[in-house]
Amino acid sequence: MAEFTLPANSKVKIGDTYKGPADAAEMRAFKVYRYDPDNGENPRLDTFEIDLDDCGPMVLDALIKIKDQVDTSLTFRRSCREGICGSCAMNIDGTNTLACLKPIDEVRGDVKIYPLPHMEVIKDLVPDLSTAYAQLESVEPWLKTKTPPPPDSERLQSIDERAKLDGMWECVLCFSCSTSCPSYWWNEERYLGPAVLLQAYRWIADSRDEYTGERLDNLEDPFRLYRCHTIMNCTKTCPKGLNPAKAIAEIKKMIVMRQ
Amino acid sequence: MIDKGMRSDLGRVRGLGSAKEGVNHWWMQRLTAIALIPLTLWFIISIASLSGATHAQTIDWLSAPLVAVFMILLVASTLYHALLGVQVVVEDYIHHEGCKFVLLIGLKFIFLVLGVSAIFSLLKIAL
Repeated sequence: MAEFTLPANSKVKIGDTYKGPADAAEMRAFKVYRYDPDNGENPRLDTFEIDLDDCGPMVLDALIKIKDQVDTSLTFRRSCREGICGSCAMNIDGTNTLACLKPIDEVRGDVKIYPLPHMEVIKDLVPDLSTAYAQLESVEPWLKTKTPPPPDSERLQSIDERAKLDGMWECVLCFSCSTSCPSYWWNEERYLGPAVLLQAYRWIADSRDEYTGERLDNLEDPFRLYRCHTIMNCTKTCPKGLNPAKAIAEIKKMIVMRQ
Repeated sequence: MIDKGMRSDLGRVRGLGSAKEGVNHWWMQRLTAIALIPLTLWFIISIASLSGATHAQTIDWLSAPLVAVFMILLVASTLYHALLGVQVVVEDYIHHEGCKFVLLIGLKFIFLVLGVSAIFSLLKIAL
């Protein structure tokens, strides 16, 4: 059966509280999920009080401030701090998003920060995405052709053909959508998940690609594709405002069309 | 960490390959859903207008050829649609392969028995 309660060793305990400066102008509590695989203890929720007057505007700014000034052992992924690298995806205030794009003042009350849901946690806010990355690799997200490339020019594409890729090339592969999807939670090993299906469709929709049929063959499977029950969590949570649910619907439509 | 063996992640994900089916299930679920909109509306209106009718009047109504045909279509579409739906629930939530196998086969038998009994009863009344 699907697991609806956390296993005993995953139950989150109340952690330490780190008080902020007494003369803070605008104090805000950040409750951050902590897990250390080395000490054999259960995960805990630490509270960090931060003076927002002395901190950047985004949740990632607060996390970096905590790591720099309060607890250097706090572990999270981050790189570009402007929504392009997709590294800092986490669950903030109950929603999967990028910490660098999430303004602190959009959160009311304490800022609760957890790793992406239902993934194995490596440490603190770092989930194990190796299955998701392998799933991406399995849809071969690169141009595949029989026709050799023109010797002295690019493969051409009309403006309309290129426009079909809008809303897909912008995906930064943060996996906020896949980890917001209950179908992916229950069948992570077999359902590809919205992020990977959006990428699969990005190549199916590419006018230059010549392996559309093989790509559809590879997806036509009760689990790989049809675990999507259109609840739209993916589209709702996408920090880049993309629509993976529509891409999945387009794939299903194309498979019906070719019958 | 869950023990994933020594197989590569890509090898695990590619697994047994694509089943190259599922579109029929998806398509039939939609077709039966569309068919059920008029059939269910017709059924509700008919049952409402039969309120207060005697047993004999109801049997009379059920024996009319058009009503019998619609009733059989309604029963068949409902049960087929329900079977497709329950199958998805089992596939989503049951992760023990043996349980899943037995349940999926059992459900098909149960729905078949329900369907055949219902249609036989309707025919017995109508013919």
